[in-house]
Amino acid sequence: MQIADYSALMIFLVIALVVAGVITLLANQFGPKNRTRQKAMPYEAGSDPIGSPKQTRFSVKFYMIAISFILFDLETIFVIPWAVAWKQNDVMGHGLYAFGVMFVFVSILTIGLVYEWKQGGLEWD
Amino acid sequence: MPEWIITIVKILVIVFGFVMGVASLLTLVGDRKQSAKIQNRIGPNRATLFGLDIQFFKNLGISHFIADGIKMVLKENTIPNGANKFLHGLAPSLVFLPGLFGWAVIPFMDTYCTGDITVLANYQEVCSGEEKRYFQIMHMEVGLLYAFAITAISVYGAAIAGWASNNKYSLIGGLRSSAQMISYEVAIGLSLAGVILVYGTLDLNEMVRMQGHQMWGIVPMWGVFVQPVAFFMFFLAGMAETKRAPFDVPEGESEIVAGYITEYSSMKFGVMQLGEYAATVFIGSLVAIMFFGGWQVPFLYGDGFHFGTPTGTPDVAVPYALIVLLRIGSMVIKTLFFVWLQFMMRWTLPRFRYDQIMTLGWKILLPLGLANLVITALLSAIF
Repeated sequence: MQIADYSALMIFLVIALVVAGVITLLANQFGPKNRTRQKAMPYEAGSDPIGSPKQTRFSVKFYMIAISFILFDLETIFVIPWAVAWKQNDVMGHGLYAFGVMFVFVSILTIGLVYEWKQGGLEWD
Repeated sequence: MPEWIITIVKILVIVFGFVMGVASLLTLVGDRKQSAKIQNRIGPNRATLFGLDIQFFKNLGISHFIADGIKMVLKENTIPNGANKFLHGLAPSLVFLPGLFGWAVIPFMDTYCTGDITVLANYQEVCSGEEKRYFQIMHMEVGLLYAFAITAISVYGAAIAGWASNNKYSLIGGLRSSAQMISYEVAIGLSLAGVILVYGTLDLNEMVRMQGHQMWGIVPMWGVFVQPVAFFMFFLAGMAETKRAPFDVPEGESEIVAGYITEYSSMKFGVMQLGEYAATVFIGSLVAIMFFGGWQVPFLYGDGFHFGTPTGTPDVAVPYALIVLLRIGSMVIKTLFFVWLQFMMRWTLPRFRYDQIMTLGWKILLPLGLANLVITALLSAIF
């Protein structure tokens, strides 16, 4: 594949960026501009905001999800090239071998999933 | 005609004609009239269209929809105190653009053949002339990977919008949506691995071509017949990914106002909404392509309908122009059907709790995806 084949994507990029830019400009150009103290306040059900969201603490579960995501999304990324090459392997008679190789990989990660599950890493309560 | 003019026409027709058209139609029909029908209301039926007092247009509620668009532009664009101005302005585009870029690889028809087409016994269509890609903005051999790489970017949009607004509701909404989206990304990836394994390609057009094959001479080899589990997984995870339907906790009105779009007003809010509708249409088209044969019409090949073996003269000969129209129509109808299905589910099912969503993603879909992959590979290795 040559770089010229991606020219369509470049044209698309330019058009989409222009459209997004124009829409953002539209939002700023038209419409009234009378900023008041109340209007500029972050919305907190009508009362004055207490503290700042940048110091607010949130659940550690979100970190767990992010870490698990990295692990299992990487697994998916390693599985996909194998899945693409599967047909060739199968036609050449290496089907069971290719299956066994991936089965080892997938089962190691499945053990990881079971471990995380048992440790309570996937619980939300 | 030079290549770049064709490309621009394709982009304008597919993205700004079809996608934006359908996305707007969704706000009109789906959000206003369909929801009214389901909730036993009438919906908008009073306002006239530019003074035209025709009952039919009044019932469709078209003027409400046009007024909505104009209103978005004319409203004040507020940025809350302490918000990061640059990121606050950038986030709507980060939600909106990935929904558009994915369409670059979606095929609406097979390559346009300038010569004659002969169909081989293995359902392959051989073109004697030149093959032109008029119905796909860009042909990419890794189209499926590209589509998912691009749609994954909208996670940044939601997370940045939540963080940059300097609002607690926004922050919680942004966190919830990013955690939900990355959880279901894993399920989507694994469900796709099974599909890729069956078709052996990442090229979306090639994948649709493979679905023209027949199993036992009668059942088309659509993804939903060869990978039914993957279909349900993909459809569920795709809906969760668009933060629609029962999966809309990131913007649950009764809990956190509007989630990460709380502090957005004016056209920035409109862009976010449009981006989400475009993502809904995109998921619909991907389901149609990978599981329901994309532009394929059952038994229709390059020279007409074949109800037995695909070789020789067709049972019902169809001119090529009509075949092109039938195939484009097939793709569009399938896409619209899945968009409609998502909307029906959105208005019928109650919202899940957040822990239920996470349980579905990690404890049900992920093991199911692994099992589906292993069983598919084992079955295809043995048989």
